[in-house]
Amino acid sequence: MGVMKVYGVARYMSVARVIVCLEEVGADYQVVPVDFAVGEHKTPAHLARNPFGLIPAFEDDDLVIFESRTISKYVLRKYKSSDTDDLLRENNLTESTLVDQWLDVEAHHYDPLVFHISYNAFVLPKIGGTGDQKLIDTNLEKLKKVLEVYEAQLSKTKYLAGNFISLADLSHFPATYYFMATPYANLFDNYPHVKAWWENLMTRPSLKKAAAGMFPVA
Amino acid sequence: MGVKVYGSTKSTNVPRVLVCLEEVGAEYEMVPVDYDTGELKSPAHLARNPFGQIPAFQDDDLVLFESRAISRYILRKYKSDLLREDNLKEAALVNVWVDVEYGQYNGLAGAITYNVIVKPMLGQAIDQQVVDANLEKLKKVLEVYEARLLQCKYLAGDFISFADLSHFPSTYYLMSTQYKSVLDSYPHVKAWWEAIMARPSVKKIAEIMYKREL
Repeated sequence: MGVMKVYGVARYMSVARVIVCLEEVGADYQVVPVDFAVGEHKTPAHLARNPFGLIPAFEDDDLVIFESRTISKYVLRKYKSSDTDDLLRENNLTESTLVDQWLDVEAHHYDPLVFHISYNAFVLPKIGGTGDQKLIDTNLEKLKKVLEVYEAQLSKTKYLAGNFISLADLSHFPATYYFMATPYANLFDNYPHVKAWWENLMTRPSLKKAAAGMFPVA
Repeated sequence: MGVKVYGSTKSTNVPRVLVCLEEVGAEYEMVPVDYDTGELKSPAHLARNPFGQIPAFQDDDLVLFESRAISRYILRKYKSDLLREDNLKEAALVNVWVDVEYGQYNGLAGAITYNVIVKPMLGQAIDQQVVDANLEKLKKVLEVYEARLLQCKYLAGDFISFADLSHFPSTYYLMSTQYKSVLDSYPHVKAWWEAIMARPSVKKIAEIMYKREL
C-alpha cells in the first residue's frame, strides 16, 4: 500500500481542491511536483497519468485518475471515517443529488468565471505576467448574476446543498481564496449571505491547511 | 405527480436526461419549455432552474437542474449499473470521463454545431473561423479518445457507462453536419459512437431530436 500521490503544484487552484479533500479525511499523501516551465506536463510519463497534459493527476495504488472533482469524490468516498464530516451524503438519494447539482453549478457557472478573474488579477502578476483586464471585467459582470443565484439559495439554506456542508461548498475554495486577494473582493459585500457562507467556510481547518500551500494572499 | 422533464428536444442537455430515463425504463412526462417565447426567464421556470436553462426536472417534490446531476439521480434511484457506484475504482473512472465530456469535449463540439446548425436557423452568419479553430482543437481531443478506446471498449473500461452516454447529444448533432467525417480518422472513436447509437434508449431519443435538413 503506497501513499497517495497528487501530481501537480499545491498553489494551482485545481490541485488545491484535491488537497482540501485529502486534509478533510486526514489521509497520507504526497504532492509530486510537475514542472510546467520545462514542459514536464507534456512528457510521456505525465501524459500517461493525465492525457490532456493538465494537473492534477492522482495515483492510489494501481488507480490513476485525473479531473480534480472526480479525484476529490474518490478520496472522500474511500477514506471517510466516523471522524470525517459526510461531505457526499451518499446514504441519502436527495441529499447526494443536491451535492452533485451544486458541484456542477460550481464547475459550470462559478469556477469558469472566478478562476479566470483570480488567475488574471492575482496569479499572473505574481509570476511576472500581465492579466487580461477585458476578460476580468466581462467575467465580473457575469459573476454578479451568478452570485444573485447563490444569494437566493444561501438565504434559504446554510450551505449550498442544504443545511449541511458538502463537497459542493468546499469545491469553491481555491478560486475564491485567490479572488479575495484581488481588488474585486468587495463584490461579495453586495451578497451578504454569500459573504457569510464564505467566511464560515474559511474557518475550516482543511481549507487553512490547503491555503498554507498556496500563494500568500495577505 | 411523477417525473417531469422541462425542456426541448432541440437542446443538447435535455436528451442526456431522456436517455437515462429510457435506460432505466422510468415513466416520465416531457413538459415543453420554449426557447423563443422567453419562457426560460419566467418566474415559474426560474423557480426550477435559477440559471434560466434547460433541463429542469421534478420527481414528486424534488426539483433539480444540471443535466448530469439529474441523470445521476435517475440512474441511482433506479439502481442502474451505468454509474458503477458499488465499485470505487470503476465509479471514479466513470466520473473522470463525465468530467472530460463536459470540460474537454462538449464545448468544442457545441461551438461547431452552434455555428453550423443554430445560427442559420436564427438567420445569423456562420463564423467559419470559430468552426475551424474548434475543429482543430476537437481533433486533438479525439486523439486522446482514440488512444483510450484502443485500450478499452468504452471510456471508463470494458463496460458502457454514463460517461459514454453523456457524449450522445453533442455528438449526435456533430454527426448531423458535414463535419461528421472528422470521426473517420479515429476508427475506435467511430466504432464507439456506433455502439452508443445502437443502444435502444439512444435510438429512441435520437428519433425525437431535432433533425437537420441537409
